[in-house]
Amino acid sequence: MAARTEPDPGPAGLAARLPSPSSALGLLLVALVLAWLAVNFVKSPSNWTEVFLIGLTNGAVYGLVALGYTLVYGILQLINFAHGDLFALSGLVAFTILNSVLDIGSNPSTLVLIGGIVATLLITMTFFAGANALIELVAYRRLRNAPRLAPLITAVGVSFIIQNIGLAVYGVSFRSASDLVPHTNVFSIAGVSYQWNKLTVILVTVPILLLLTWFVTSTRQGKSMRATAQDREAAAMMGINVNRTISITFAVAGSLAAVAGLLFLLQFNMRYDTGFQLGLIAFTAAVLGGIGNLPGAVLGALVIGFIQAFNEGLSWHTPGSDWTQSIVFGILILILVFRPEGLLGERTAEGQ
Amino acid sequence: MSAPRRGPSNERLERFARQWGLVLAVVALGFLYPTYVGWLKGLPLVGDYFPTVGSMVIMTVFTMMAVGLNIVVGYAGLLDLGYVAFYAAGAYTAAWLASQQFEQVTFHFGSVGVAPTLSGIHLSIWLVLLIAGLFTTIVGILIGLPTLRLRGDYLAIVTLGFGEIIPQFVRNGDNVGGFDLTHGTFGISPIDSPGFGSGLSSLGLPDNYRQSFEAERLFFYTALALLLVTVICSVRLRDSRLGRAWIAIREDETAAAAMGIPLMRTKTWAYALGAFFGGVAGAFYASFKSGAFPADFYFNISVFLLCMVILGGMGSVWGVVIGGMLLGYLNAEGLATIGSKLSSSTGIDFEPSKYQFGIYGLIIVVMMLFRPTGLVSERRRKLELEEGVHDEPLYASQRE
Repeated sequence: MAARTEPDPGPAGLAARLPSPSSALGLLLVALVLAWLAVNFVKSPSNWTEVFLIGLTNGAVYGLVALGYTLVYGILQLINFAHGDLFALSGLVAFTILNSVLDIGSNPSTLVLIGGIVATLLITMTFFAGANALIELVAYRRLRNAPRLAPLITAVGVSFIIQNIGLAVYGVSFRSASDLVPHTNVFSIAGVSYQWNKLTVILVTVPILLLLTWFVTSTRQGKSMRATAQDREAAAMMGINVNRTISITFAVAGSLAAVAGLLFLLQFNMRYDTGFQLGLIAFTAAVLGGIGNLPGAVLGALVIGFIQAFNEGLSWHTPGSDWTQSIVFGILILILVFRPEGLLGERTAEGQ
Repeated sequence: MSAPRRGPSNERLERFARQWGLVLAVVALGFLYPTYVGWLKGLPLVGDYFPTVGSMVIMTVFTMMAVGLNIVVGYAGLLDLGYVAFYAAGAYTAAWLASQQFEQVTFHFGSVGVAPTLSGIHLSIWLVLLIAGLFTTIVGILIGLPTLRLRGDYLAIVTLGFGEIIPQFVRNGDNVGGFDLTHGTFGISPIDSPGFGSGLSSLGLPDNYRQSFEAERLFFYTALALLLVTVICSVRLRDSRLGRAWIAIREDETAAAAMGIPLMRTKTWAYALGAFFGGVAGAFYASFKSGAFPADFYFNISVFLLCMVILGGMGSVWGVVIGGMLLGYLNAEGLATIGSKLSSSTGIDFEPSKYQFGIYGLIIVVMMLFRPTGLVSERRRKLELEEGVHDEPLYASQRE
């Protein structure tokens, strides 16, 4: 949470930081990437723009998952390893609700479609909010005062349990609802087209983010969340119910994962183990933006979304999708080693 | 004390017997296992649950990796979620140095069971094991140097990142600048067999493992010997100056630094030595399976090994050996046996082996919640978990 703000270093601070070789190298790397993007843009502007839009859409989904990581990390300093798997399970549950419970067939009318998506969202958000709060209660609460690695190890175990629940219920086959929202163009300008199914992601994500911002900054509960994140003991002394606040944080994270799960289902195939890799990508996004920092998580997710889309979609000197994972993890490692406070610079205890 | 007339050598002998007597008994039992396994498997009711010698090889190799991981996780308290990277590095070293992968060259040195004209690098497997260990140590140091200044959970994620990057590199490495380094998703196979060559067969040493009638028994004996060496090294390391430094860092980094322990160097040593055993085990396993395939090196294996360490008891060598053998057994054939027994006796169609990683996850969670010290508690670790440790990071001293 963006409660602890560093004083602005100002021009003098910037100048003092510039000469260090690692940051010079980092700037050089960023410059190279930008040059590569520019060349690709000149070669095929329409393709570039389309890939950009894909990146924006994927980044929005990553952002929702990354927010879950960053919320929990902010309050407990715990990398909630199981979060990605919760996301995957929520997507699969959303598939069941859409297809079996609400029974929305192909080519539904617009009203039915919107109603169905909203209803599914409400159901999965509620359910996974409860599920994530329950996971915290069962698996992490006992370990609150244990060495810090203990809950992380537990989280790895929980991640496998959730994955296997998905495996037991849904088997190994992929599920998708990518035909639910029509693929007709929203606009098509100069060879650049954008489809409704992609726009749906943005249309759902933006209100959710506004809601979250309002919740964290303006409500009493949001304030106690930030206070607990800043100093748990002091918050308890001020009369904040720390346990309840942590439960609510997990619930919020779980419902965000549920939103992301549905949106991912509307775009791609998913199955029980989709969450592992996507969770790591989202975690990278959270670290990139500065873990514990809510706007940072969204920014990092967009950056990662763009990087992935450009890597897989552009043609000139691109490593290709075989290397996406390595690139994302390479970024994660570089960020953690050279700038652990992330892009937006919240210094956590781990960093510096 | 109780017998004052006894000489010092006698006392040492007694201490030695106390410390290692049980171990020697277990090793002897293990050594004889291939001899009486037939009898055990003939027992009524429980006979089917005894693992075959082939499974015992796999169990022993994975236990060896777990003992290696225990140096990193248990002794030094550095959570490594990417240990599979070392396994992969070791396996591919064996694949490079004892197969036909590099067909551009023909180089033979001490290899058994391959025609002298066969292309590729063919070194003796015993040499390859050593080289694999050293190569993996270097990989461990290279991964460790930039990342070990991070603490705790960040380090865990970085190691996880490396654990994912290395297999992907292996998968995509069939065209590194036009050169086929790893043979892509197909993996490298076959890999030469271990053996001592015909020159030493007069000493009773086997010529070539794979061509022997008792191949599995020979592989098992070798795996057992490797595990024993790993365990002995591990115990001796724990009691050494370095081992005490690891434990000091695990308990309180600030205090350890104040006492003059060089943090980065000590941690890197933990990483390097842990990697060494992972590499040797990986190379040996590749030779046993006669192949290195990228599909073997996924994240689940890292968690599987971690589960062995947690079940057995972080920091407790004997605990890890027990945990490793137990989970190794479940992984190699135990779950499948239990599943088929279950479905034949009750008619329920349930395959526990399909959900094995869920079961390991459950074991991890249950152990961490109710018995975080593991089956065999290590005394110091228990105190740390009960009384808490000072694990706030120490900024200045982390940069040496």
